[in-house]
Amino acid sequence: MTSKRPAPDLSKPRLTTSAMIASIASEGQRTKPAPFGHALVELARSRPEIVGMTADLGKYTDLHIFAKEFPDRYYQMGMAEQLLFGAASGLSAEGFMPFTTTYAVFASRRAYDFIHQTIAEEDRNVKIACALPGLTSGYGPSHQAAEDLALMRAMPNMTVIDPCDAHEIAQVVPAMAAHRGPVYMRLLRGQVPLVLDEYDYKFELGKAKLLRDGRDVLMISSGLMTMRALEAAKALSDDRVDVGVLHVPTIKPLDAETIAREAGRSGRLVVVAENHTVIGGLGEAVAGLLMRAGVHVPFRQIGLPDEFLDAGALPTLHDRYGISLPEVVKQVKGWLT
Amino acid sequence: MDTATNRLANAPTLAQRAYNIRRNALRMGEVQGQGYIAQALDISDVLAVAYFHAMRYRPEDPSWEERDRFLLSNGHYAIALYAALIEAGIVPEAELETYGSDDSRLPMSGMASYTPGMEMSGGSLGLGLSIAVGMGLGLKRKQSSSRVYTLFSDGELDEGSVWEAISSASHYKLDNLIAIVDVNNQQADGPSTQVMGFEPLVDRLEAFGWFVQRIDGNDLDAVLAAFDAAKTHPAPKPRMIVADTLMGKGVPFLEQREKNHFIRVEPHEWQLAIAALDAGRP
Repeated sequence: MTSKRPAPDLSKPRLTTSAMIASIASEGQRTKPAPFGHALVELARSRPEIVGMTADLGKYTDLHIFAKEFPDRYYQMGMAEQLLFGAASGLSAEGFMPFTTTYAVFASRRAYDFIHQTIAEEDRNVKIACALPGLTSGYGPSHQAAEDLALMRAMPNMTVIDPCDAHEIAQVVPAMAAHRGPVYMRLLRGQVPLVLDEYDYKFELGKAKLLRDGRDVLMISSGLMTMRALEAAKALSDDRVDVGVLHVPTIKPLDAETIAREAGRSGRLVVVAENHTVIGGLGEAVAGLLMRAGVHVPFRQIGLPDEFLDAGALPTLHDRYGISLPEVVKQVKGWLT
Repeated sequence: MDTATNRLANAPTLAQRAYNIRRNALRMGEVQGQGYIAQALDISDVLAVAYFHAMRYRPEDPSWEERDRFLLSNGHYAIALYAALIEAGIVPEAELETYGSDDSRLPMSGMASYTPGMEMSGGSLGLGLSIAVGMGLGLKRKQSSSRVYTLFSDGELDEGSVWEAISSASHYKLDNLIAIVDVNNQQADGPSTQVMGFEPLVDRLEAFGWFVQRIDGNDLDAVLAAFDAAKTHPAPKPRMIVADTLMGKGVPFLEQREKNHFIRVEPHEWQLAIAALDAGRP
């Protein structure tokens, strides 16, 4: 196949592709290292049935912290995602609680049938934590899980969580264990931003939380887009636009009651923001539930387009696809005029 | 003669067990008017040895912790496994007539949540061996003496996931795992060796670090010896029994029928098949 792209303008300065393990934190932002790995170690001390499993991505999913602490409870399954999930089903059948890790693309796309049949259909108590959700890699579509939420929420029996930051991930891990059944969590790894500790926030499975109220706009968001929504709300308040932010970390089951109630408060533009394709993720889930609930409001979506995304530097790509802070602000302003 | 010896002397032979399994399968086939009957007939000898010689289980308590696990990877062989589970007293014989019907606990493709004694949901091929690896690891973690048996078909050797599992079972030295591959040389699109060659299978499996035996899967003495050897082999390796079988075994006119993945049996032929089987009753 020949290149479909024009030759680059070599005279222009350009950012290089972000490293695979690049942090999504912006410069100067408060972060915490490896919240998933540390929370899992903490939990596993009192839960001997927990085992860790990965498919050659222990170091890249923060599971290496668990492996170091509990080497005899750690299973390296090699670069074989189908085996990873099938074997996790088997360990679960024997009474263990596997926390499995890989990249979101490999779990949701390559191993889908194994998760569907050996875990979800058999209702096995397997926890799936997947790094590089949505657009958090500059490597191109091979590593960009733009559709993982759509795929996972379409699977019966699966609970789906998209946490925002390190503060939340630390709470999600024990909540995953407390819930009996399969859970898919989008994993932010490495130096993970710390945001929600400033909001007196507590994660509850299946609950949406209003992080700030606002008269003009209600942003409904999950994952790292909640961080962007909060930043956008601050920026827009300088322009006297009052933005509320409803954080929806549990994509399935959706907190229909809270979402319908908050969206139904009159006079606000509802904007759903997600680090995911606009097809089949939080945006369409919210749209569907509002229609079913008879809540008729102005509705807009911020999300990734239905196309194979470019390779490049993450900040460039977040700008290009409308999920960076300036682009979020610009879109909301545009919809208000 | 004391009571125990008496009981043993009166116990059905493995040949009788295999016959009963075949007969149960034919009766289910007749109920539904279809089913993977040729496969059920070819694997009945293996199931007879598994359930009436090799495996440890309690019919009245299918999830007894100390049981040996049996994973049916080729879910379309469910008709054969139900036949064995009925013979073993795990599934009541009366349910035989519900096979494949609405609200039955015996669906045409085996699923874990439907049937007592069914340990996994098959249907999508190539899943069983991966689950077996996880169970083998889990049993070792629990220091359990139970074993994991898994049956899969030669067609499943096409699936990459099967080889992922074969590598890992050897890597983890799963000597509590006994896999049986049914080589009846027939898969959906034709003879398995022509659809996607897998020979020399023994050499390949040995190269992956398994203890491998290849037997005539319809020779009960050979099957019995292979299960015994698989259980007692001293090396810390997973164990594979490559069982060459004859589709339709035990019903001569089905043995001779043109080989197909899904052998057609006319409505009037079920009774003929049962009669033909009964003619050779042990």
